[in-house]
Order: sequence, then C-alpha cells, then structure tokens
Amino acid sequence: MTRLLLLLALLAPLPAAAQGTLNMLCAPAADWCEAIAAAFQRDTGVRVSMARKSTGEILAQVRAEAANPRTDVWFGGSAEAHFTAAEQNLLQAYTSPNMAQLPPWAQRVHAQSQGRCVGVSSGAIAIVYNREVLARRNIPVPQSWAELLLPAYRGEIQLPNPNSSGTAYTIIAGLVQLWDEDRAFAYLRQLHRNVNAYTRSGAAPVQAAARGETGLSVSFNMETESLVQQGFPLAMTYPTEGTSYEVACLSIIRGARNQAQARRFYDWYLTPAAMDIGLASNQYHVPAHVGAKADPRIPDMTKLRLIDYDIAAYGDAARRRQILERWDREVGSQPR
Amino acid sequence: MPRLSWPPPWPLLLAAAGLLLLPWHYPQDGFALVSVWGEDADATSALAQAARHGRFWFWPALAALALCAAWPRALAPAVLGLAAVLAQALAVGVQGWSAPWLEALFGALDDRQFGIGLGGACTTLGFLWLTTGALARRGAFRGDRFVAGGVGLLALLILLFTAWPVLRLLAEMAAPREGFTAWASLAERLLDRKLLSLACVVQPVGCGVLWNTLLLAACSATGATLLGLCFALLVTRTGLPGRRALRMLTVLPLITPPFVIGLGLILLFGRAGLVNQAAEALFGWELGRWIYGFDGVFLAQVFAFTPTAFLVLIGVVEGISPAMEEAATMLRATRMRAFTSVALPLMLPGIANAWLVAFVESLTDFGNPVVLGGSFGVLSTEIFFAVVGAQQEFGRAAVLASVMLVVALGAFALQRRVVARRSYVSLTGKGDAGLPPQLPAPVRRAAMAVALPWAGLTVIVYAMALAGAFVKVWGRDWTPTLEHFRRAFALEWSAGGLIFSGGAWHSLGTTLLLAGIAAPITAAMGLLAAWLLARQDFRGRTLLEFALMLTFAVPGTVMGVAYILTFNLPPLELTGTAVILLACFVFRNLPVGVRSGLAAMSQLDRSLDEAALTLRASSFRVLRTVVLPLLKPAIVTALVYAFVRAVTTVSAVIFLVSAEYEMATVFIINRVINGDYGVAIAYCAVLILLMVGAVGLIQLLVGQRRLGRRAAVPA
Repeated sequence: MTRLLLLLALLAPLPAAAQGTLNMLCAPAADWCEAIAAAFQRDTGVRVSMARKSTGEILAQVRAEAANPRTDVWFGGSAEAHFTAAEQNLLQAYTSPNMAQLPPWAQRVHAQSQGRCVGVSSGAIAIVYNREVLARRNIPVPQSWAELLLPAYRGEIQLPNPNSSGTAYTIIAGLVQLWDEDRAFAYLRQLHRNVNAYTRSGAAPVQAAARGETGLSVSFNMETESLVQQGFPLAMTYPTEGTSYEVACLSIIRGARNQAQARRFYDWYLTPAAMDIGLASNQYHVPAHVGAKADPRIPDMTKLRLIDYDIAAYGDAARRRQILERWDREVGSQPR
Repeated sequence: MPRLSWPPPWPLLLAAAGLLLLPWHYPQDGFALVSVWGEDADATSALAQAARHGRFWFWPALAALALCAAWPRALAPAVLGLAAVLAQALAVGVQGWSAPWLEALFGALDDRQFGIGLGGACTTLGFLWLTTGALARRGAFRGDRFVAGGVGLLALLILLFTAWPVLRLLAEMAAPREGFTAWASLAERLLDRKLLSLACVVQPVGCGVLWNTLLLAACSATGATLLGLCFALLVTRTGLPGRRALRMLTVLPLITPPFVIGLGLILLFGRAGLVNQAAEALFGWELGRWIYGFDGVFLAQVFAFTPTAFLVLIGVVEGISPAMEEAATMLRATRMRAFTSVALPLMLPGIANAWLVAFVESLTDFGNPVVLGGSFGVLSTEIFFAVVGAQQEFGRAAVLASVMLVVALGAFALQRRVVARRSYVSLTGKGDAGLPPQLPAPVRRAAMAVALPWAGLTVIVYAMALAGAFVKVWGRDWTPTLEHFRRAFALEWSAGGLIFSGGAWHSLGTTLLLAGIAAPITAAMGLLAAWLLARQDFRGRTLLEFALMLTFAVPGTVMGVAYILTFNLPPLELTGTAVILLACFVFRNLPVGVRSGLAAMSQLDRSLDEAALTLRASSFRVLRTVVLPLLKPAIVTALVYAFVRAVTTVSAVIFLVSAEYEMATVFIINRVINGDYGVAIAYCAVLILLMVGAVGLIQLLVGQRRLGRRAAVPA
C-alpha cells in the first residue's frame, strides 16, 4: 500500500498546474462535457483533461486499463454500467460531504453500490412519435404500452436491440418489473409484429423517428427533447401503466493517480451551481440536487408514473444474461 | 585479443547512443536531454540508472554492448544484447518485479520502471541490426545486409504492433465465463446460433451473422471491383472528356467519413427521402424501408469501396505495357480480341487484389452497417457491441474477431492461389514504347453505361449529404446558413494576434499532423515489405506476409481495445500519447501499401533488378534507382491511402484518443451522436477539401511514372 502511495506521489505531475490535473472520461453530450471541464478548471485551478466517449466505450477502456489506470473520474452513463464496473472492483468508494442535498434516487444508487458511484442526473423512457407521420396516416397517438399492440401501428414502431443497447435493456427490464417476466415476454412477442427494426444503437430509433423514417420509437425523454429543440416534429407521451428510467452516475476509478483532485471534482459536482451547467448547455436531464434548476420541459421524476426499477437486481450480470437469452429465443429469432 | 574495427559499424553506435546518451524511458511529462545524468532516475540513460540509481537490471545490456564493441561482427554478443534488453523490459514493471518467481529469486524490489523511450528504442534497433548484420555475414539472406536488416526491422515491428496485440486479445477468447471451463466457454461462444444459424434459407428470419457478412462482403467486393475497373478503364483508355473530374469523383467517397454516405442515402432513398416522396406523389407507390438492411448496406458499401478498388486497379491498368496489345493487333487480332485475351488477363492480379481489398474492407466496415443495417447484423457490428454494448463480453468479441480473421485470411489465401499460377510481368527492361490502346467500342459502351450513371448518383448523394453543412437543420429546415462553419472554425483577431476560437481547430491540427507523419512511414514500410516479399527469398517469408495481413483483418474497434490492453503497461507504455495513434495508423493501413506494392511489383520483370545487381549496384541502390521510380503509382496509392485513412478512421482511434490528442473523426462522431449534424458535416466538408489538396500535393511531389512515349500526339 505504501508503495502504491509512493507511486502515486511520484506520478503526480510537476508544478505545471499547482492544483494538479484531473483525467476525466465523460459520457454525455460533448458540449455539456466541455462546459463542465471548463467550469471546474475555472473554479479550482485544476487542469482537466477530458475525453468524451460513449458509456460502453468508457467501460471497455476502464476495464482494459485496470492494471494501470489512466482515468481518475468517470462522469455520466447509466448506473448499470457503473455497477458492472463496481462488480469488477474497478471503482473507488467515496462518500461526499455534499450527499445530503441529493434526491432519494441519487442517494439510493450510492447506497446500492456501496458508495462506489452516485447519481448525478436522470431521465425517463417515453413513447416518441413523429407528429407529421401520424397525422398523414391517420394513426392515433398511443397513450399506453397496451395501445402499441393495435394493428394501426403495424410496421411503424422502431426499437433498439437489447443485446447491444442499454436503452433497450432498460425498457425490457422495466416491463418485466411492471408485470412479471412471462407477461412481459408475451407482450414483446405480440409487439414484434408492429416493430419494423431492432437497431443496434439505442439512440437510432429516435433519430429515425425525427426524420420520418419510422412513425414511433421508444426512447429517452432527454434525447427526444434535444431533437424537438432542433425543430423536428417529435412529441412524446409517458405510458399510463408506468415507465422505466435511468440514473446517470459519477464515480472515481480505483487506483486513480489523482485521487485528491477526483474527490474535489466529486464534491464540486454535487452542488447546485455545477448541476445548472447541464441546463445551460441545452441538456434536458433531471439534475440530482434539490437546489438545482430543472427545465420546465422535462417533468420531474416525482411527477411521472415510474416503474419501481431495481437497478441493482437488474444490473446484475447473470440476470441480464438470462433476460437477453430469453429475448433472443422468444422475440429476436421470430419471423416477421 | 580481438581487433577493434574503425569506424565501428553504425548499428553499434546506435546501440551505444541508446544505452549511454539517451534517456532510456519514455518521459511522462516532457522530454529533456540535459537530465540524462540527473537526479530523477526515470529521466536518465541506462548507464546512469545502473551506475547511479542502483538499477542493476541494466548491467547485462551494458555488458553486451561492451562485447559487441570488442567483436562487432560476431553473432553471439548481438543476440545477447537483444535478449538482455528484452529481459529487463519484461522483468520489471510499474509495481516492481512482474512475475512472482522473479521476486522469489531476487527478493522484493522497491523500485519500478515505466515504458521504454528513445534510448530503449535506439538500443533495441542497434542490437537488432548488429544481429541481422552478423547473420548476413554468415550467409543468411544471401549475404545481403540491407535485406537482412529490412526483414529484421519489419519482423520486429510486426511482432510488437500487430501480432502481440492481436494474440493478447485472442487470449481473451477462452476467458472462462462463470460456471464454465475455458473450453466450454470457447465452444459455447463459437457454436452460437446467432453466429451460424442458417434459418433464413427456409424462413423469413435473419441468418447467422457469419453468413450475412460473407454474402454482403462478396456482393460489395464484386460490385466495387466491377465499378472500379470500369472507371479505371475509362480514365486510362478512352478520350472521354472530363476524365480528370471522374477521377476526382471516384476518390471522393474514400475521403469521406463513412457515415456521411449512409446519411446521404437515407435522405435520398429512405422512407421519407426524396425518391420515395416523389414516387408517392407521382405514382402513389409506397417504396417503404428497403434501404434499411442488406440492400442499403450493400449500396453504401459499393459507394464506399469503389474508390479503393479504383486506386488499386488504376496502377495496374496503367502498368500494362501497350507493346503486347500492339503486337496482338499487328497479328491481326481485333481490338476486342486483344483486349480480352491480352489486356484483361494481365489485369487479373490487380482485379484479384482489388476484390480482396474490397472484400476485407466490407468485412471490417462498421460505419455503413451501423447507420443502414436496421435489424441486419454483420460481424463488425456484433464485435463492436460485444465490447461496448450491453453485455461487455471481451470473450465473445474475441471469438467473433477470430472468425473474421479466418475469413479474411481465407480470402487472402484463395487470391494467392488464383494469382500465383501465372506470370503477369509486362514491364521489362527492354525498350518499351507505345500508347495504351483505346478500349474496344462494346467494352467502352458497357463501361460507360455502368460508370456514368453511378458517377451521377455519387454527385447527387454527395450534394444531399454535404448540403447538411449549409442548412439550418439537415433533413428538416433547409434555410441556408454558414453558422455551422462559424461554430467549428471561427477565427478572432485580438490584441495578441489570431485566436483560433472555433471548437474544431485543435482536433484538426492534431489530425493533420499525425496523418502527415503516419503516411510516409506507412508508404515506406509498405513498399519495403512488398519489395522484400516479391523480390527476396528468405525463410519465413510466408509467415511475414501472413503477419502483415493480420491488422487488415482485425476490425478497428478490436484493434483499439487490443492496443489499450497491450500498450497500457510497460515495456511499451503508450496509451495517451501520440505514438499509439501513429502506430495504429501505420499498422492498420500497412496492408494496403503492401498489396498495392505487390500488385505493381508483379508487373515488373525481375531482370531489371538483376541487370542492376550484375552491374554491382547494392540492393539498396537497386531499390532506390530502379524499382522505386517504376513504382510511382503504387507510392502515390500508398501515400494517399495512408493519409486519407489516418484522417478518416473512426473505430480504432476512439479508444486511443486522449484530451491532448483528439482526432477529427472522434469530434465528428461525438457531434453526430448528439444529432448535431450541421457542425459534423461542415467539418467533413473542410476535411474533404483539405484531403483533395493533400492528394494533389502528393501526386505533385511523387510525380508520374514516365514509361516510353506516353503522351498522345494531339490529333
């Protein structure tokens, strides 16, 4: 241990930046990541090296670097991914003094992961539709999961493939928790008739809906809202039965070279001022601080009818494998 | 007493400089020569570390250097030096001894070392060349020291940057999964239904990804080769007006980041695309979503790989000596007969090479299937999502990658069998004169019928795609604007001078710099390898050729992960540096340099080299003054390809970029993921312009190959 500390002390970069350096991998939109890095640097004098990558890429990189970590902080990406890393002992537990002001969903993630990550924002799954396509084809706007089975939506719904997409897994695991496994898979088999494609990427269906390539998709509300703000004719409804949600997390990498700076960032981000940066860079997540400003276009988590989603149980590797195998067998391999 | 030779052989000087004068390790924060004898052990030379800082593991290498100085021509000390460097590099890592048995043997070590740097690299090369020189003196490589050194260098680099990472990753293949043994895990991953299912033959469901991939790659390669051949023939063998424009057009897709074509096709042929809207408005037809799936990916890949095929073929078509066809015509063969029975067979190695390159490109293509695939999956997308998707299974990715590797190498072996049976030499040392004959009329008409509509379509797809840079919201709000360029490339004048305030400048500078460094290295190594493979006989030649093809068959994502797995730890601690990006570019693109060099070389008669050798030119001189000038088209191809691919690669570098070394494509992809197409396409447009400039510059610098009287007398 002393040797490790000695190593860390030796590795701390030279006085170039008196406050040290922070190496951050960042999963959300590039604009937001850059704004966060710049603000932290301004507030503390710590030099931030930030690279933006997708959640899966970050997890793959953190795993590959396990023996000699180059990353100090991992910002953003679903709690499930952070839990997977925690399961493999890649993350450092930390409890910030600023925890008290976080909403229950953010604290729960911290407790479930034994302190290895904390919730920083969240978003919910919505049924997204292209207003123009639905109007042109005289298709009613669906209000519930059940209505998506109507023949009117035949070939109009696009979903992601859970084998590759975390979004798809969140949707399916949510349905399993809403009803039970058998009923959820019976539903997915029936829905299969109305689905035109299971895309590899989780963000692809909403992009397709935006340009009218598909009438409907099931996607995250923050991604949809970004497209609405760009002027695409999208709208969304939250299914009346209840819907899934994701919590995005922040964690410190185990064995990180700049532990002190990493903790400083962690504490810094759990303040309202830092959480407001997301809104300022046109991101539509729900921030994880009671004092942070929320965008009126995105409903607060308490106002939605949410499925009681157990991230710890459904983020577990064995449970995930079992659900994916059943999906392949009963849904993915069915003829169309 | 051995006689000291003076001057000592220069590899010895290199090894000595590396051990005595240069800092041995790769400095993490900057680099200074003044500190090679200083207090900071990690910044000093090997001699200083051994003498002043108690790092005794450098003594064997230093002793080997002394032995080499005493017997500079002997084999044993040189091999000893190489072994000593290797042993110290592997034995001591970031946390002391790297294996428990070393700790048991020498006791605990309260020290560590980082990755090797300039000194380590020079010493390794010095000892390597001392070894190959000594081998050549003993008669290996026909006693040719230049050839021996070249083979040694290539073998070392390929071992380090290709074989090692790939094997490192493949070792993950049998990583046991919970509740399974290693073998059971391997078998389960290999016999997966999703990989091998043939259900689509009898039912309307998807087949295994292996069959999807094979079918797609074969179709795309055939389409691209056919089109590439048509373009190559039209450009070289007709008086078609606008040939130069056509040539530029075929290169356009090559210099475009891949998703642009996919998105352009969606805007054109997608369900809400122009063609569909027109069909619905005019005839009431609903064309639907045919673009998503096999058809769309096929179309996009043919767009994307036609230029690659064209670039490989143009060198070959230009290289066919007109004399033979002239002879055939004089023997009263019709133009058609001369074409089909003389020119076409001579093009066969080029066609086979082009097909192979396109086949493997399609195999490893990621951008098009992910944009247009819909539910249709291929190996490359499966591998990508096995690594970064919801499952995070390196094991499954490694299995799929090895399947892809086997397919690619199988194609490569097949192509060798087809081509290797005959001789295609047509450029000989004998007086060569003549103009390339015009294409026979039916062939010309056929080529034009295929190529010209395709060229038209390319223009339209590009116009659709690039329009995204100049309108507010692509595919939605077509109000013209230059806002996207302003956001990416804003410049501000201030008191202190010019400020590059746009968001894209940083990544653009890095990209151009790294691509500019990587391209000449790639081309030089590729042509050296091609020359060695084609012209020299040595043991292990086939093995070298096989190893050279390895990186080509490994998809970028896999290569990226393999690189961070391998180069995150000493002895080669390269993650986060520019070196890892350069290595990735060079070794990913090396195979194309080698293939184009080989294709061109198979047309040059050996008697040319032999004549020069008989006149007592050294083999280096033969390469420089005889072979290289005749290889100019291949040099251009290799340089252009290496530069362009370094600029446009996405999947491999996404894991390797760091905050300091951000690449243009990663910047673009990040904007695309966010749906911010405007800035992404504006950036693409700038990149395309820059690459057109670079391609022109390369052609200007290298110049044309002048053979016989090649300029037609104006009629």
